[in-house]
Amino acid sequence: MGEAKKKLIVDGKRLDGRKWDDLRPISLQVGLMKNADGSAYIEWGKNKIMAAVYGPKEVHPKHQVLPDRALLRCRYHMAPFSVDERKNPAPSRREIEISKVIREALVPAVIVEDYPRTAIEVWVEVLQSDGGSRCAGITAAALALADAGINMRDMVSGCSCGLIEDTVVADLDDTEDKEGNGDMPVAIMPNLGQVTLLQVDGIYSREQFQKAFELAIEKGKQIYGMQRDALAARFFGGETTSSQVEEAAE
Amino acid sequence: MSMKKNYVVETIRKAQMVQLLADGKRMDERALDQHRKLTIETGIIQKANGSARVTLGNTQVIAGVKIATGTPFPDSPDKGLLVVNAEILPMASPYAEPGPPSEEAIELARVVDRGIRESEMVDLTNLCLVPGKSVVTVFVDCNVMNVDGNLFDATSYAVVAALRTAKMKKYVVKDEKAEATDVLIPVPVERTPVSVTFARIGEKMVVDPDTEEEASMDMRITITTDDDGNVCASQKGEASTISPSQVLEAVDTSIRVGKEIRAQIIEATK
Repeated sequence: MGEAKKKLIVDGKRLDGRKWDDLRPISLQVGLMKNADGSAYIEWGKNKIMAAVYGPKEVHPKHQVLPDRALLRCRYHMAPFSVDERKNPAPSRREIEISKVIREALVPAVIVEDYPRTAIEVWVEVLQSDGGSRCAGITAAALALADAGINMRDMVSGCSCGLIEDTVVADLDDTEDKEGNGDMPVAIMPNLGQVTLLQVDGIYSREQFQKAFELAIEKGKQIYGMQRDALAARFFGGETTSSQVEEAAE
Repeated sequence: MSMKKNYVVETIRKAQMVQLLADGKRMDERALDQHRKLTIETGIIQKANGSARVTLGNTQVIAGVKIATGTPFPDSPDKGLLVVNAEILPMASPYAEPGPPSEEAIELARVVDRGIRESEMVDLTNLCLVPGKSVVTVFVDCNVMNVDGNLFDATSYAVVAALRTAKMKKYVVKDEKAEATDVLIPVPVERTPVSVTFARIGEKMVVDPDTEEEASMDMRITITTDDDGNVCASQKGEASTISPSQVLEAVDTSIRVGKEIRAQIIEATK
């Protein structure tokens, strides 16, 4: 920009004190909403996002019915007060695209063939946005689907990585996203080792691309651990951790 | 755009395709990494600052550039504006309809815009006239005229070809006011981004899917690379997955195939 650009990394530390591969603080809670069949709330840095799931339910309008599987509907929406300048509440082109990629990130994990001729609705509401909101939204939405008791092949865990100047970093916040040099949101099915969301912007050399992509997958696996803990807390009481759940299963 | 309209036919067709692909063959006898015949004509619309008609197989896209002046965004006061838009015309396919843009059309426009923008193809700082007050605005609008798969690449090539051949009026600044002169100069194009789109059908990835392949595909991925083999944009689409190793393979293929296509675009827009 016009004035000297603010350094985003000084002496190996980012503006909020993180190292290049540190995540922001993340907290997950499952099952807070009363009416929804499943729900999850995520705070990831300053992101505050609620995801709720309804269904399987009847499909309206009927012509959208899929004869062999469930129709997954997804809406990613940002509250007008979620960003610095008030956002028009009408869905923007950005939100329409993100709703599409979130749906396509979740569908592979849902066993949609188990629910033919029904609709499963996923509502993702961004109450406060702070960079990486689509990955946080996917992470919460996958938990909400599990909370709703929908049959799933795997969890879906999202994390964005990117570039600040020539440094690959994990989990960009708002400032780093706007002033950094690239953003790469990735979502994975951690047990099946498959990528369900990949978007890239910025200029990456072949090596930087691979480093950022592999870092995002590694961080996604870390997020998966937190998702398991959140589900364990919901269904087995606050004190139970995922390792205890594993023991109980054996 | 999605052409999955007849469930039974598409399912049978897909089984046939998967069988062929296992032997490394495609319905139209192309190699897996081979794109269809690409033609590029430029300067087809005299009233536009730049224009191009691109055909990729039977997919046809026309892009037109219109250049004016406007005010910059508050967060980038010293940069010109570049906006890429795309519309799938109702005439383009029996399944296209008039009305507000579909989710698919919005994704198309945004993915093409991302490739052009993120590669820094146009030097936007060169389009600043009076910082914070007046900048050159470049609109590239694309009409998809006929749909036969892979709108992403055809549209992207049309935008690149139109921008590379676009001419704009030279502006002079007097007392903080920009005035157009009669001198025509090229748009400050620095790089030539090329997008390469793959469809995964069963286990195999194919470059430049046509409509039939798109109707049977499990997953789609678009990767845009620049002249130096950097990756500048990507988008995975459709309701299935891709493995990490397939992503890296696709990146390498897109760099290789992108190089050939870039040479053709540069040749056609000299």
